[in-house]
Amino acid sequence: MKNGKQKNWYLTIGIILTACMLIFIAVGFFWTPYVPSAMSSGDRNGRPSLRHLFGCDSFGRDIFSRTLEGAGSTLTIALAVLAVGAVCGLIIGALCGYYGGAADALIMRLCDAIAAFPSVLLAMVVLAVTGPGKYNVIGALGVLFIPSFARLVRGEFLKYRDRDFVQSARLTGVSDLRVIFVHILPNTWPVLLSGLTIGFNNAVLAEASMSYLGIGVSAQEPSLGYMLKDAQGYFFTLPWCTAFPAAVVILLILGVGLLGEGIRERMGVAS
Amino acid sequence: MGKTLLKRAGLLIGTLLLVSMLAFVAFSVIPGDPTDSILGIEATEEQRLALRAQLGLDQPIYQRYWSWLTAFVTGDFGQSYKYNMPVSGLVAAQAKVTLVLAAVSFVLIVVISLPLGLISARHQGGIVDRVVTVLTQVTMSVPNFIMGLGLMFLFALVLKWFEPKYIPLEDGLGAHLRFMVFPALAIALPKSAMTVKLLRGSILGEMGQDYIRTAYSKGNSQGSALWRHVLRNAMIPVVTFLAMAIGDIMAGSIVVEQVFTIPGLGRILISSIGNRDYPVVQAIVVLLAGVVVLCNFLADLLYRVMDPRIDGR
Amino acid sequence: MMLDIRDLSVVFTDRGAPFTAVDRFSLQMEEGEIVGIVGESGSGKSMTAHALMGLIRRSAVTVSGSAVFEGTDLLPLSRAELRQYQGRDLSIIFQEPMTSLNPTMRIGKQVEESLRIHEKLSRAERKARALDAMALAGLPDPEEVYRQYPHQLSGGMRQRVMIASALVLRPRLLIADEPTTALDVTIQAQILETLKDINRKEGTAILFISHDLGVVKALCSRVVVMKQGEIVESGPVDDVFYHPREDYTKLLIASRPKREKLRGGGDNE
Repeated sequence: MKNGKQKNWYLTIGIILTACMLIFIAVGFFWTPYVPSAMSSGDRNGRPSLRHLFGCDSFGRDIFSRTLEGAGSTLTIALAVLAVGAVCGLIIGALCGYYGGAADALIMRLCDAIAAFPSVLLAMVVLAVTGPGKYNVIGALGVLFIPSFARLVRGEFLKYRDRDFVQSARLTGVSDLRVIFVHILPNTWPVLLSGLTIGFNNAVLAEASMSYLGIGVSAQEPSLGYMLKDAQGYFFTLPWCTAFPAAVVILLILGVGLLGEGIRERMGVAS
Repeated sequence: MGKTLLKRAGLLIGTLLLVSMLAFVAFSVIPGDPTDSILGIEATEEQRLALRAQLGLDQPIYQRYWSWLTAFVTGDFGQSYKYNMPVSGLVAAQAKVTLVLAAVSFVLIVVISLPLGLISARHQGGIVDRVVTVLTQVTMSVPNFIMGLGLMFLFALVLKWFEPKYIPLEDGLGAHLRFMVFPALAIALPKSAMTVKLLRGSILGEMGQDYIRTAYSKGNSQGSALWRHVLRNAMIPVVTFLAMAIGDIMAGSIVVEQVFTIPGLGRILISSIGNRDYPVVQAIVVLLAGVVVLCNFLADLLYRVMDPRIDGR
Repeated sequence: MMLDIRDLSVVFTDRGAPFTAVDRFSLQMEEGEIVGIVGESGSGKSMTAHALMGLIRRSAVTVSGSAVFEGTDLLPLSRAELRQYQGRDLSIIFQEPMTSLNPTMRIGKQVEESLRIHEKLSRAERKARALDAMALAGLPDPEEVYRQYPHQLSGGMRQRVMIASALVLRPRLLIADEPTTALDVTIQAQILETLKDINRKEGTAILFISHDLGVVKALCSRVVVMKQGEIVESGPVDDVFYHPREDYTKLLIASRPKREKLRGGGDNE
């Protein structure tokens, strides 16, 4: 009973919320009311006020400024993870789906095995070996996100590989690479886009969890997860140090999640 | 069925071997010498060599893997570099705590999500359904450790329903479980939200199937059509999802334990990662991986039992 | 008179402007009679049958008129009251035997279901009656089929299972909504033969819905031709078939052999 005129609330709210969060983060790249690391002894443990919207921590650092900066760091990491995972996953998935064969079977079994485990756990193990740091987090999560993207893209390519328009393109002598990227790829983008939103949220979640556990980013580039770890000790006395970064994480995930839901509803993609 | 079961079991053992091999190789190729973390950097070369021989590090890798594996299956997980005691003794108590947490979380997910999904689907478009839909969408977006912080703030600080201090099993099962419910909720709520959404969608999808029309034409009421026909079919994807979720629940336990300062596998895993105490990390990873693989195996079996179409292919 | 439908209308109100799917449909049926309704897809023939069975009761659908069955008007009945008739006095079989059976329930349980709902019987009695109905529906080896699941049966067999479960309480009226459309031509003929047998042995009246005037001719005594929700022509089947008055009916007759070739291969077990 789907009605064409029915409003797609998921998409509307998702776009608005995501846009708001992106603007918030974008502002943080260029301007913060205070220097995020600046300590002001007079404002130690300050409650949220007009001077310090989100309050101050035990060093007198402005939580609003720190949240802006941390959100930027979280976003950068999530996007970088997505870039690594999606690009590699796309190439592997496209080639496997298009050519098939024994290599495809082998790679997909490996992907299945990796994708069966929670990525946070595996990333923790990788970081146990490499040590913490922003680039290590990006590398570990990025690599671990490849299998899910590869499976997604492969499924789409399997669907289109034998369609008439692909066959006819091939018959007219179009090269395989051109068939893959010009003829098939554009058809897969609703599914890809929806997969990207899910991947983004998983990346934010994984990074936040790892940084919270103290095996993610280092103190030089505090992300929202790192701020939450930092605030843990003062959780009962300075709850605003936890509340605001947490709210930003939740709103970011919620916005992108609704966006993905809206895209799926709009494009008729099964989740 | 017997033949497929055998095949599946074979696949299970193969996967377990693969996982253990990957874990072993991963920790064997790590740059840096484990003797550093045991002896410190001021040790002499002779001391180092003696220790390497004692740890068996001078043997080829396949030999070390084999002796490690055969020891592992008998419960000997090796020696901790840091604490200089058997890993099995180190992790046994902690593993129990994490298992309790994961089990309570799983039960909560089932108890919370099944009724909500049913009610929501049954009254599609109604007030309850709308409230549940909005709540699930929001809850789904909350990372479990943030959910833990929120629960702690609300129930420990504001409502004072519990003390934010771990109560071990030795202080009584009731008190232990009463404490564990809160961290378990932190893990269970976001997962429940996803389950509710899946179940609701699955039920509504089945409700539109032709065989439900047949059921109505025989004189079934809406309720009996739901119970007798829809539920079993709608539960098939949900059961698979729940079994797959066990891996996420274990991972969630590791993180949420930190919020509630529970001395489970998470705590020892993280401190061992910090100390580069690889035998401990390795053992925990292989144990968790084993649990995940085993759950996927059970999910597959359950799926076959629930859906007669799968068997006999 | 067993069934007396007068001015049955079905109006959908959920898609912008109200849409009349069935417009003042009237039909009378006697005990043991076989009557056909023909028309192309979208002519409202299935909708008529579903309205009669009470299967389209939704807030966005208005059903008006009357449908008196054995002295009771079915249309104003509550859902609970109607359930007393569904599956007991009135039964229906559908077009898609592949999807009309519950995939995770054993055949026996599905055939027995009406018995379980409407009568209090022991398990053994239920099984005996189910096997009886399955034999009546022409299923070979009912004992074996009783334990099987739908996916283990061919399309024709599944349709026989549908017939068995519709007949298990020996209803007075069986509505057959395009029961053979999805099947092979040879299977189609066998199923029609079975329906005829049942009509003869049990005296079950059959309201047979089809887009195929030829099939209707082989089975029914009277026929109603529908187009866009309205009756355009009705009468004894031979009159309508050999002396059609309406162009639409002629078209239906003319279009028949062409489609026959297109069919087949529907049974892929």
